[in-house]
Amino acid sequence: MPDVTFTVDGKKLTAPAGTLLIEACRKAGIEIPAFCYYPGLSLQAACRMCVVRQEKVPKLQTACTTTVAEGQVFTTESPEITQARKATIELLLGNHPLDCPVCDAGGECELQDMTFRYGAGESLYTEAKNHREEQKWSPAVYFDRPRCILCYRCVRMCGEGMDVWALGIANRGSSAIIAPNGGDHLDCEQCGMCIDACPVGALTSDTYRYKTRPWEMNHVSTVCTHCGDGCKVTLGVRQVDDGAEIVRGDNRDKSGINGDFLCAKGRFGFDFVDSKDRLTKPLVRNAAGTLEPVTWEHAIRVVSNKLKEIRDSKTENGGGSSIGVIGSNTGTNEENYLLQKFARTVLGTNNIDHIRTTDYAAFVRAMAGHEHRAASLRDTETAKAILLIGGNPTEEHPLLAWNIRTNFRHNTARLYIATDSPIKLERQARQTLSLPVEGYESLTAFLSGDDSALGEIENAKTFREAVNAEESLLVIFGQEFRGAAIESLVKWGLAKENVKFAYLGDYANSRGAADMGLSPDLLPGYIPVTTPGAFAEEYPNLSTQPGMTAPEMLDAGCRGELAALYIVGSDPVTAYGTDPAALKRAFVVVQDIFLTGTAALADVVLPAASLYEKAGTVTNTFGDIQLVKKAADKAGVKPDFEILVRIAGGMGADVKKLVPFGRGSITVPAVTAPALSVDFVPTPRPIPSLRGIHGDLGQSRGAHSGEADRHAVWLAARGLELRLSPFDPLAALDEIERLVPSYKLDRLNLFAGNDVHSEPGFVPVASLTAPTAAELILPAHDGLFTSGVLGDHTKALVELNSYQESISQPVAEAAAD
Amino acid sequence: MPKLTSHPDEVKIISKRFGMGAANIDRYIELGGYEATRKCLAEGSEWIINEMKASGLRGRGGAGFPTGLKWSFVPKQSAKPKYVLVNGDESEPGTCKDHLIFLHDPHAIIEGTIIAGLAIGAKMGFIYLRGEYRYLIEIMEKAVADAYAKGFLGKNIFGTETEFQAVVQTGAGAYEVGEESALMESLEGKRGVPRIKPPFPAVVGLYGGPTVINNAETIASVPHIITMGGAAYAAVGSERNGGTRLFGISGHVERPGIYELPMGYNLKKMIYEVAGGVRGGRKLKAVVPGGSSTPVLLPEEIETLGMDFDQVGKAGSMLGSGGVVVIDDQTCIVEFALRTISFYQHESCGWCIPCREGTDWLKKSLTRFHAGFGTKKDIDNIQYLAENMMGRTFCPLGDAAAMPTLGFVKKFRKEFEDHLDGKPCPYAKHVEVALV
Ligand SMILES: Cc1cc2nc3c(=O)[nH]c(=O)nc-3n(C[C@H](O)[C@H](O)[C@H](O)COP(=O)(O)O)c2cc1C
Ligand code: SF4
Ligand code: SF4
Ligand code: SF4
Ligand code: SF4
Ligand code: FES
Repeated sequence: MPDVTFTVDGKKLTAPAGTLLIEACRKAGIEIPAFCYYPGLSLQAACRMCVVRQEKVPKLQTACTTTVAEGQVFTTESPEITQARKATIELLLGNHPLDCPVCDAGGECELQDMTFRYGAGESLYTEAKNHREEQKWSPAVYFDRPRCILCYRCVRMCGEGMDVWALGIANRGSSAIIAPNGGDHLDCEQCGMCIDACPVGALTSDTYRYKTRPWEMNHVSTVCTHCGDGCKVTLGVRQVDDGAEIVRGDNRDKSGINGDFLCAKGRFGFDFVDSKDRLTKPLVRNAAGTLEPVTWEHAIRVVSNKLKEIRDSKTENGGGSSIGVIGSNTGTNEENYLLQKFARTVLGTNNIDHIRTTDYAAFVRAMAGHEHRAASLRDTETAKAILLIGGNPTEEHPLLAWNIRTNFRHNTARLYIATDSPIKLERQARQTLSLPVEGYESLTAFLSGDDSALGEIENAKTFREAVNAEESLLVIFGQEFRGAAIESLVKWGLAKENVKFAYLGDYANSRGAADMGLSPDLLPGYIPVTTPGAFAEEYPNLSTQPGMTAPEMLDAGCRGELAALYIVGSDPVTAYGTDPAALKRAFVVVQDIFLTGTAALADVVLPAASLYEKAGTVTNTFGDIQLVKKAADKAGVKPDFEILVRIAGGMGADVKKLVPFGRGSITVPAVTAPALSVDFVPTPRPIPSLRGIHGDLGQSRGAHSGEADRHAVWLAARGLELRLSPFDPLAALDEIERLVPSYKLDRLNLFAGNDVHSEPGFVPVASLTAPTAAELILPAHDGLFTSGVLGDHTKALVELNSYQESISQPVAEAAAD
Repeated sequence: MPKLTSHPDEVKIISKRFGMGAANIDRYIELGGYEATRKCLAEGSEWIINEMKASGLRGRGGAGFPTGLKWSFVPKQSAKPKYVLVNGDESEPGTCKDHLIFLHDPHAIIEGTIIAGLAIGAKMGFIYLRGEYRYLIEIMEKAVADAYAKGFLGKNIFGTETEFQAVVQTGAGAYEVGEESALMESLEGKRGVPRIKPPFPAVVGLYGGPTVINNAETIASVPHIITMGGAAYAAVGSERNGGTRLFGISGHVERPGIYELPMGYNLKKMIYEVAGGVRGGRKLKAVVPGGSSTPVLLPEEIETLGMDFDQVGKAGSMLGSGGVVVIDDQTCIVEFALRTISFYQHESCGWCIPCREGTDWLKKSLTRFHAGFGTKKDIDNIQYLAENMMGRTFCPLGDAAAMPTLGFVKKFRKEFEDHLDGKPCPYAKHVEVALV
């Protein structure tokens, strides 16, 4: 649309023709009050708060439905307009309970804000207000009818945004009421998006109801710990006796990669931090064979002495290579980096791995040397055409599903789905190709032109034609693809122009675990241990011999060939079905937040901090890196980072070599690639400008500006902040940036709370190694309310899961019907 | 069947077949029916629209928009199918004219629908009946079935290449679906809530297609206009107000009923001559000229008032649906205001705040006020509320509720004041307000 010029309150503004006046004004810093308008959802013109005067038009006009055109003249504030808005509020308040002192929304309520702004302090009425009891609609959602101002945001958020359509309006006139699909209960995805959109305290969440006041919390925005999408979530934290307690999860200022979105797990799934099952004391197995609480000093001493002894032992069953290390899918990049560095330089072993849920190594290998072909999660919201092969985003990648739906609604994006079982996103698909079960590999051959590859499938050819006719395409594929299958799919796409890829993986930092070198054969940045390049100098005594994979380590442990197993945030005994009795001979150390199957048989258990209790960065499955901030605090636990440093120290390692801290450690991150002894030099990238330290105009609940401390952002972004402590994970980040080609971060954005995309294409071509064995990949197959071990210990999610199971078929099946 | 009333001043155009068994298709044809449609099939779209423009016919649904002009707004070319929609939702208190047409002359509706379709190039028409008009559904459906049987509706109407289909549909009982866009929502099977305008129905209407929506009486006038010619029709009425309309005179008159009178007919004469004057020889207190949403007029305001859209508008009220409600001197205006607002409170769809909350509070305040518990400040509050609803709502229902209230408070403030100080209603002896 061409730009037009129009006047608002005497100011000349310019915007594309057809822009909604309310949006054009917001962009220019003129705020027009609104209850029913919600960016991105359909227009209602119902609340009449946004009325403005347009020259030569007899009636006041609603700014939320007026589109701008050349030469128009508007007034957005005048006595007449103020009076209209005031009257609307008076009318609303007439029936409003005004129980602000106890209302959850108190202090974050748009009705309060508007009343504050427009007055209406005096009640015109003496009649009794209409009253209705509060209703519990589900274990997550409560409805307090008298507070409802009927703005219909929830209805649209659920219908248009979530494609669930669980909310509607019943009755009419002053009896009109928001009603759930089950009559008196909700049968839905329990995402809480309706609660989030509600401008008042009519919809509230079970987790937060009557818990505290917003101003009594600290609001810490960090990254959700549950799935591979990595939503920004703001945790409301309150001081309690044994630390700081999380009382709320929400999407407070909507400034993250997830925009408006947060799913049930991100919003409600935080109570695991206070689970009674939490480990809070180090445990050491005593002579009687039981795990006994000990002090941290004691536990660290036991572990470091034993590991040192094994490492230094010259017996057949000794030395670094007799120790195996398994890392985590939910730890930070810094922790994972440190863990492998610890394994490789302190323990002296390449026996390092993690439980791989996704074959990122194969993906990165396939993409090597091809820059700008890996999609960011943000691309899924704007891509003109998307080919989704495998996976079920609605269940496993709720944010991705949201983005695809939004893209479909706003930009009529064309979605093509190839799947072997029905998925809900088919509702948005232009075409769906029903593949035979596990027919994914043949699909690539078919797409590449082999007509017989798929056998006889209806519509297959029209599907292929349509996909091939797209000028640009975002190919998103699931964990059904591994090893060679990924390479052939990527090869098919790379042969075309404007094709980008994304590979779906499970946990909050599965991608980071792979990126950071939790692999027996790959160093951070997927650099093969066989040709370690710069790492040869950085990591003294680095072995160029690949180590064991995780299952190999467990097997070796069972056979008595591994003297020690060091396991961080992972439960391989359960995952690989290892016989616990068989592992008796190995010295097993587990750092975890719960007593997992593996921890239960360990010799030493070290209580770790969860992702919500520490700082660092994580990388989502799209390679978008985000900052994790410490929100809660739990007495007794330590972050994995600190535990590792202490153990290394206990073993007599030079901690300063492990973690570059203190004077002399400051490194301004280089923008170009480090000198690698390989044949690939990535193009230097200019650091993009800051996307913004987010604040909004006081419109939504996050009425406060973004949480970034500008000064700290500035210092950190320039590497000027001194890492004073060996426990500061940012010191490891400095090193990661220096050594990992794809982690040349735009720190200014990172520290301002924005996501920064990493380019797997920067990985050296020479890193081609043998494909991963497919059986190494164990997808989590999490659903809307599950999230591995963490989910099992999250009461809110367990409850939602059983509630939904008790009232309906699984959502995806019902939806696909 | 309700008894038909009649008066010598009447000019029977729309009502000319009333009481003559014209619901029977053969009888209708005998009385000259379907000739207009044949003529239109021969003459074509442009000619029809020109005749309609010449007729000066203005919409009988309430707003009085020139019908020919409305039809001419429909784009010639359209990717989506176009539709004709007959608004038979007639629910405004004081209004019961359309039902007589459905009852006595359903084929006039069908003919008008086909002609509108020919004019705008639609192949489909919907005749939407008010939910409560259960007893008219059968009549209307039979008429449509008969028209199909005769080949007047269908793929090749009257043996031509032209297609036109018609369907009868009913509402579920909501005044608000008389509003054109809410009617479309209802017809599409959704909640009867209005749509955002623009776009207007002529461009994006039913199922997203260009749609002409007209009141049932407007549509029923069409074949007559075609038959007598637009100019001749225009000549019957007053300036810029062509033809006749069905005035429904109710309230405290001797001979309430539906009378077809030329546009511009004097209101005083209508009450005192056509309807036989105020019942029981009582004094006239006030008149609601065009359905319950139109502001009340005082006796002195109707002396020379011609009943057409422009003159009533100039007098500070509206011709609306042509439902004249006569109020005698033994009626309590506060109670009348309460009854009126009660209707709108009940019928507000609830979509927008000023109407949903405003009608509710007006009803509450007036209820208390009429019961004798009002304060002086309440009178100002009632006026303040109504003033703040005016022009602020999503659809005109809010105005329809606020306008009469404002009229009552402004013109009868003294009667309100007479209710103060816990006094029982001083007018309460006689309150059978005959709202039909
Ligand atoms: C609240 C409301 C109720 C209405 N009810 C009716 C109705 O019952 N019948 C009708 O013909 N028009 C009704 N209208 C007017 C219609 O919106 C529309 O203007 C009319 O059907 C157009 O037809 P006309 O041009 O032939 O008058 C109503 C309008 C409003 C705002
Ligand atoms: S929780 Fe989510 S799915 Fe359920 S009603 Fe609210 S918006 Fe809809
Ligand atoms: S519950 Fe909240 S979001 Fe939903 S209509 Fe009411 S006020 Fe609006
Ligand atoms: S589980 Fe995934 S989609 Fe849900 S909030 Fe967390 S990161 Fe977002
Ligand atoms: S004015 Fe508003 S609440 Fe009233 S009927 Fe119209 S849309 Fe509904
Ligand atoms: S009417 Fe415009 S924001 Fe509600």
